[in-house]
Amino acid sequence: MLHGPAAKLGVDYASKQKTRLGIILFFVYAIVYGTFVVIGVNFSDTMAIKVIAGLNLAVVYGMGLIILAAVMGYVYNHFCTYLEDKMEKEAEK
Amino acid sequence: MTYEISIWAILIFMVFVAAVLGLSFYFGAKTKSAASYYAAGGNIHWGVNGIAFAGDYLSAASFLGISGMIAYAGYDGFIYSIGYLAGWVVALFLVAEPLKRLGKFTFTDALDSKFNSRAIKLTASISTLIVSIFYLIPQMVGAGDLVVPLLGLPHWAGVVIVGVIVIYIVATAGMTSTTFVQFIKGALLIIFSTILTVYIINNGFNLKPAEDYHEFATIGATVDNGQITAINNASYTLKGQAEGADKTFAVLSKDGYDSWFKLETNEDGSYYLTEALSITNTASGEVLYNGAPKTENRFYQVGHFSKIVHKGNEVGETGPLGPLEFLSTLEASEVVIFSKANLNFNNDYVTVYYQNPTSGSDVLKPGLLLKVGDDGNIWDKMNFLSLMLALFFGTSALPHILIRYYTVPSQRAARKSTIVAIAAIGFFYILTLYMGLGAMVGGVIDVESSNMSSPLLAKSFGIGIFSIISAIAFATVLGTVSGLIVASSGAIAHDFVDMYLKVEMTDQQKVRAGKIAAFGVGLFAILLGIVFKGMNVSFLVGLAFAVAASANLPSILAVIFWKKTTSKGIAASITTGILSSVIIILLSPSMFERYGLLKSDAIIPLDNPGIISIPLAFIVLIVVSLLTQKKV
Repeated sequence: MLHGPAAKLGVDYASKQKTRLGIILFFVYAIVYGTFVVIGVNFSDTMAIKVIAGLNLAVVYGMGLIILAAVMGYVYNHFCTYLEDKMEKEAEK
Repeated sequence: MTYEISIWAILIFMVFVAAVLGLSFYFGAKTKSAASYYAAGGNIHWGVNGIAFAGDYLSAASFLGISGMIAYAGYDGFIYSIGYLAGWVVALFLVAEPLKRLGKFTFTDALDSKFNSRAIKLTASISTLIVSIFYLIPQMVGAGDLVVPLLGLPHWAGVVIVGVIVIYIVATAGMTSTTFVQFIKGALLIIFSTILTVYIINNGFNLKPAEDYHEFATIGATVDNGQITAINNASYTLKGQAEGADKTFAVLSKDGYDSWFKLETNEDGSYYLTEALSITNTASGEVLYNGAPKTENRFYQVGHFSKIVHKGNEVGETGPLGPLEFLSTLEASEVVIFSKANLNFNNDYVTVYYQNPTSGSDVLKPGLLLKVGDDGNIWDKMNFLSLMLALFFGTSALPHILIRYYTVPSQRAARKSTIVAIAAIGFFYILTLYMGLGAMVGGVIDVESSNMSSPLLAKSFGIGIFSIISAIAFATVLGTVSGLIVASSGAIAHDFVDMYLKVEMTDQQKVRAGKIAAFGVGLFAILLGIVFKGMNVSFLVGLAFAVAASANLPSILAVIFWKKTTSKGIAASITTGILSSVIIILLSPSMFERYGLLKSDAIIPLDNPGIISIPLAFIVLIVVSLLTQKKV
């Protein structure tokens, strides 16, 4: 009785493709995040360089990482939904 | 710091708490089954769940801790925001959907879904409990800090109030009420933080942050062979000097009160003294704030500019600013930060908070708190890397976040709710930069506790917004603690008693066991909240992230992505992750300070264990799994 999800799940035909997409996007973000960390820890003075609108690299990069996460999330969801719909239709055929 | 109490603040607070309890009553009547108690029946809409995620995640650490850390240390506080948000990328791209497919109620269910192993049940339930307790500490500390200015009660009273209310909430309704409390609270927190940020930006900058802001005295001094021999102000009497943090401080007396000053040197080689704040623990056991007992209210809030440069000109005030102009103006200006030094003077132990003018460009880059670049040694840099690693990998290993994936009906809903959470949380974290910097120069910092900067900044704009913001912050703590206690009680009652010990129970008995466990964890959380008073809550959450990332994440990723994973590998990895991270924390400089010892005597010079414990847990998982493969 206690094994299996609380809500019954349907078959996910696109799980392989979604997993691959997720891993690719994860590595893209990890590289951008890792670069930020490396600059922060070794070249903190570089972070003071003015980049745009009187703002330094630290502020622009930091806010950029936050915004990038949301944008990549939106893109990921868009493609996942497309893949799910497409694979479900193919399975129905 | 002693605060004036407002009846409006108390009334608004009471209305909030009553509303939260009412919601619990309502959903409590509906909670009959284990599925409803632990996973809200799996029927929560993804939009509601997404904002509830934000409500869970934007805990005391985010609202109180990050803003407070930014107010004290500028950009180094914002680094926490960046790391916390980046952690959601791991949750979305790697964990959300696969985990939804694996589990039922708890993180342990998910890990054990392929193995049915007693070792996994035991280690995963212990891990959930330990991570939840680490995460509970900062929430309770934050609750205690909040009630001091809000209700005029001592810190411990706030901790007890939160503990009692939360035990009641969790013991009545479980995950359904927790989800709706988090949804409402998350939404309100973002709305009112936006309003506060608009206030801050629209208010602009002013050299004198408030009409009644303290005028800091500057007095000329004569120094001979390192000894201060005379001062140029007849209303003060020079009583002596002491050294601390490689700086010289003088104690002067005026009207019967002692005040501490920092010795400074002019470019021409002449000397002067700048006024500081002080807390003196006298040899007789008395505690004096700026030379007087706390009740005399001689201790004041601080935080101001020493120079404002707006559009290339030095000005006294800026008027309303744009969001980017706010940051660029601060970067071009000079801020007075209050740094801390400890002194011994005539058998008294004195903590001095002295003025430390700092350029805006240094405030808005890493380095004031986290020693990096040329200022940091190898351990400082390891600490920074460790923190960033723990924040990145910690989010998707937090049990109270993971259980929220089981409250939605499908993988698609799990994914969509994560994206709603990222958007809401990311927006909020950008606001923390404005709230923190606004507090830094807004004359509202309580040097004793960094956690109260945002609510106190709200207070400077009016008692109404202060009351609402404080009540939301309190509800924030209530909601997060509720979620953590549900996760902890699930670990004890469901994973350990039911699944590991295999005690035969009916569905109602399982719910009752969960509630009893919630009661026990709640009492323990109250105790910890009192013991850890005074520590920055965001720092404490950083430790919780490190423990979670070390103990849980390697196993989660291995179960999802690596076919050679074995149950023994998972159990060994969880055990290694917990032990290594907790031992490093217990031997760290910050904990040594808490034990009353010198930070420099710490056995391991790392404050955040992630850089050692996370890779170690991964290595153990891989090695043990390979060694325990079933022979074909």
